[in-house]
Amino acid sequence: MADRVVITGLGVAAPNGVGIAQFTEAIKNGVSGIKHQPQLAEMGFSCQIAGKPEISHELISSYFSSLELKNFNSSGILYGVIAGMEAWKNAGLSLEIKDTPDWDSGTIFGTGTSGIEKFREAIYKIDQLQQRKLGSTVITQTMASGISAYLGGKLGLGNQVTTNSSACSTGTESILLAYERIKSGQALRMLAGSTSDSGPYIWAGFDAMKVCTFKHNDQPESGSRPMSSSASGFVPGSGAGALLLESLESAIHRGAYIYAEVLGGHVNSGGQRGGGSMTAPNNFAVQKCMKEALKNADIEADELDAINGHLTATMMDSMEIQNWADALNRRGKKFPYINTLKGMVGHCLSAAGSIESVAAVLQVDQGFLFPNINCEDLHPGISALVAPEKIPVKCIPYDLNLLAKASFGFGDVNACIIFKKYKS
Amino acid sequence: MTREELITHLKPILAPYTQNKEALEAINEDTDFIKDLQINSANLVDVVLDVEEEFGIEIDNRSMEKMLTVSAAIEIIETKLLEIDR
Repeated sequence: MADRVVITGLGVAAPNGVGIAQFTEAIKNGVSGIKHQPQLAEMGFSCQIAGKPEISHELISSYFSSLELKNFNSSGILYGVIAGMEAWKNAGLSLEIKDTPDWDSGTIFGTGTSGIEKFREAIYKIDQLQQRKLGSTVITQTMASGISAYLGGKLGLGNQVTTNSSACSTGTESILLAYERIKSGQALRMLAGSTSDSGPYIWAGFDAMKVCTFKHNDQPESGSRPMSSSASGFVPGSGAGALLLESLESAIHRGAYIYAEVLGGHVNSGGQRGGGSMTAPNNFAVQKCMKEALKNADIEADELDAINGHLTATMMDSMEIQNWADALNRRGKKFPYINTLKGMVGHCLSAAGSIESVAAVLQVDQGFLFPNINCEDLHPGISALVAPEKIPVKCIPYDLNLLAKASFGFGDVNACIIFKKYKS
Repeated sequence: MTREELITHLKPILAPYTQNKEALEAINEDTDFIKDLQINSANLVDVVLDVEEEFGIEIDNRSMEKMLTVSAAIEIIETKLLEIDR
């Protein structure tokens, strides 16, 4: 029988906490990372609040050489490297530089875009007929796989080194792809995760689509309101999350600490049919993804203790809850506990699935449920399906055994993963 | 500018790209950018851009190809500076 897959390392650069220690404190206390962004206000954005990790110069220079920082302008690579390196160290793996690649370790580290500010810089130069002055790092900072290439080089990874991209389900998908790679016996360790650039050039397109809230520019911390009846659009976020996945045998052999087990999961697409479109989900496909994830993990719907939802703070939230209720056939007091990190960090786009999975795994490991913030006024479509006590608004200690994490993205794509408390 | 003065100007330009710092300390006309200083070949274009900026010159593609040692760099810089004087 194929080996089990466990999580032995975590890393994060989130708007409300950089590093696992700070992030854990923040999510337990419902600390918001959403701030007013003067740059967005100056540029006339409708939504002038956003979530951005605060990275110190010390942290940057501990992971990047001065040569790498010369003409460096890719926030996504910055966040991804910080989270990825933390997960690697957190797993107790060595940073010692060897001549031979580590053939047993690889990375699947996703992103939506890479180095969008660097790309902008380059385009201006090219249009001014200055292409010969671009320098040597435009490609490495703007290729989609820039983040996996940076991590691969820093860690000497010799297994698969690649980047996946599936809009806002990217992070959750990366964990499942890494899981499959280990499960199929092709790698012992995979650094899974995802990142997202920050700033006006990544967020403007969403602002233009009118999917972000414009009603909370003067109260940033209460602006991201998933599941609330006063939700009026998502708040854009950014950052990176990383999880070191490892075969159970390898983890035991190294004597590594095990945070949780990845029991299985599923990815699918609604094919932009049956109500699905480029931007809206095919609900049948969403439910199918949830059910297939349970089946793949070989568990019953009744066994789920908690859900970490996608729940972005748009009108889609009620629909997502309806899908969970129908897929699991659980309602009212029988509905599992459910929470979403987006109230605290906003929608971190391609980084959402990985940052939220880090939060989910911390809950499973330490036995708690972080609070949903800004949903004092639950949406009636949600309270009709879920008993309010199943939507904690304060951090509660709770011994979780099984948790489902789902993410959905443009292109009608879905990903659902099942985490389990590790028992030897 | 004498050849020695040119080397003094080149040294801080090469420094950020140089992996072998000892070779940089011992820099002379025979120093090879890749073999001695262990500069990543992708960074050679960055060295050229920094040289252009420092000396206010433009280095064409053919000269760029040859700019692999300190002596070649000196000759290219001297030639380009003369072109400006004319």
